[in-house]
Amino acid sequence: MSIIGNPWTGLKQYTDARIALGRTGASLPTAEHLDFQMSHALARDAVHQLPDYEALKKGAEEIFQMPCPLLDSRAADRTVYLQRPDLGRRLSRESAAALKADGEGKEYDFSLTIGDGLSARALEGNLIPFLKALVPELTAAGLKSAPPVMVRQCRVACGDEVAALQSSKISVVLIGERPGLSSPDSLGVYLTWAPEPGETGDDKRNCISNIRGRGMTPEEGSRKLVWLLKESLTRKISGVALKDEQQSLEGNTIMGELD
Amino acid sequence: MYTYSSAYINYRFETLAQLMACASPLRSGDVLAGVAASCETERAAAQHCLADLPLKTFLKEDLISYDSDEVTRIIMDSRDREVFRDQESMTVGEFRNWLLSEQTTGEVLKKAAPGITPEMAAAVSKIMKNQDLILVSSKIRNVTAFRNTLGLGGRLSTRLQPNHPTDDLKGIAASVIDGLLYGSGDAVIGINPATDNLNTISDMLKMLDEIIRGNAIPTQGCVLTHVTTTLDLINKGAPVDLVFQSIGGTEKLNASFGVSASILKEAKQAAEEIGRGSCGNNLMYFETGQGAALSADAAHGVDQQTLEARAYGLARAFDPLLVNTVVGFIGPEYLYDGKQITRAGLEDHFCGKLLGLPMGMDICYTNHAEADQNDMDVLMTLMGTAGCNFIMGIPGGDDIMLNYQTTSYHDALYLRRLLGLRPAPEFEEWLTAKGIFTPDLLPAENQRLQLGEIKGGLGL
Repeated sequence: MSIIGNPWTGLKQYTDARIALGRTGASLPTAEHLDFQMSHALARDAVHQLPDYEALKKGAEEIFQMPCPLLDSRAADRTVYLQRPDLGRRLSRESAAALKADGEGKEYDFSLTIGDGLSARALEGNLIPFLKALVPELTAAGLKSAPPVMVRQCRVACGDEVAALQSSKISVVLIGERPGLSSPDSLGVYLTWAPEPGETGDDKRNCISNIRGRGMTPEEGSRKLVWLLKESLTRKISGVALKDEQQSLEGNTIMGELD
Repeated sequence: MYTYSSAYINYRFETLAQLMACASPLRSGDVLAGVAASCETERAAAQHCLADLPLKTFLKEDLISYDSDEVTRIIMDSRDREVFRDQESMTVGEFRNWLLSEQTTGEVLKKAAPGITPEMAAAVSKIMKNQDLILVSSKIRNVTAFRNTLGLGGRLSTRLQPNHPTDDLKGIAASVIDGLLYGSGDAVIGINPATDNLNTISDMLKMLDEIIRGNAIPTQGCVLTHVTTTLDLINKGAPVDLVFQSIGGTEKLNASFGVSASILKEAKQAAEEIGRGSCGNNLMYFETGQGAALSADAAHGVDQQTLEARAYGLARAFDPLLVNTVVGFIGPEYLYDGKQITRAGLEDHFCGKLLGLPMGMDICYTNHAEADQNDMDVLMTLMGTAGCNFIMGIPGGDDIMLNYQTTSYHDALYLRRLLGLRPAPEFEEWLTAKGIFTPDLLPAENQRLQLGEIKGGLGL
């Protein structure tokens, strides 16, 4: 055997980093090299594969007992989406018109935009469990949600337009986060008080990050979201100001990275 | 106004910024900003036009106004007007020829560097091929020192990057041990913290200090936190070796980072006062990257590569130990694929070297970019040939905190072996004296003793 192992494999108990990989010459042994390739493949596919929107829509409709329209951003496909974040932040004209017609004369506490973002696997793996945990909490808190919408090729700021068209005070966006090699399926939640389409800065957003099997549980994420919703409605703020207080109250909110 | 005309083609560029942007090789960030050439012919026409431009134009015309931007002021006020006087009358095209000439040696380039502006460097890079960028860079050695000597010919150093998603000290220590035993960490052992909590960062600095002093390692430690946090920690007596900060090429971008030249100056002075270096006194560590200005709405209609070169103009006013262009981190809306990342990396390294900076590179990509390990293999090999001062070293190339991929401890072994490069001399001596490396610069087959020594001091 040409592999030279490392006598510190015991240190792996302290970190998920790829330590003690061993070597052959200056290079990675075959098994470690191919493990990395598999992790990268999973992350790449999470970005490029499409979630089963129809199945997710059906699931969301059953949980909310409301229709969940399937909409599009202005980014026509993944290639455009990845290079033109500005287009992913706006609803297509057809989608905006349809949503406007639906929302006429109604008012809600918040809108819920479900977006593919950068990880199909985040929605496929975590959306339905999260919604199942969330809806009872919303009901208990007496919060009034607009009909949820699902947006293809969606970025966080797309929810600003959804909230404006549905006459909601707050935008909540559930979206697939940028996949890491060890976390290709992370679901993020963004909350924004009184969003203004095209004008809302990132400092106005609160984020609950890393909802996934090996990260934050759907139950914990839901509780955090409902707390943020109540605080935001009462105090009419969101973002940095609200984050600071939540950290001191709850101790460990993780701020995620936008888009 | 600048024009290009030939038998069938006429192009007009209204401003210097527009000419520079249109001459830039294609990248998604310039397209997103709406400043890129509309087609390849327009790009080639702009490059022709730029080649005929006198270098003096950049001394007369600001891309970003001197009055409203402190980066422009630092670039213009700190320029040495004597050392480049003989070359100032050249056009950009003649400048390229001069750079590539066999008479223009590394010594000549080093002497001229303080007279060259970032805009001149950016302009000439736009009309250079990848091989031109590599060849000229390879002539230049910009050497700096703190506890060891970095950037010498025939040397390649690494930043050991032991990040952990929850800043767990044992987790970080495990990656540091792994890295040291693979011979990584002569540029710096540098942690990106997940939080900006003062106590956590102070604990990290103390741990790095214990590792470095306890094992008499000729290297420096750094926690890559905001410059104001580092300043606080210096004032509280924390063992700060280097002052880190991300910087950019416009005052507005730096303001979005919460920094200015005066804050940087204050922190540099504070670190110099505690003066923990032994070989030299370069102690600033800057990171940069194309696209940051546009993402902060601070680009002023200037293309992203020119703005990046301007960040180097700011950096050189602070005699840094390390300047690291984090080339592929920002994502595909700025650098779409491996080809664009490679080109940007070569440009950044060239411009920084030409301006006199100790350039290193975070050769990296995110999972939503059209890039993979093979692209990184190509770029790191090019960087080795171009004479890059340092690259990153991270376990298996996978940063589990920042969620991106960069070069690994193994990659540095590969590059050194392929090109006959060695670590910084003091660090190499330490590695071989400790028996961590064999004389042929690979990790020793049995490192139990060395492992025990490093681990013992950490209580793991």
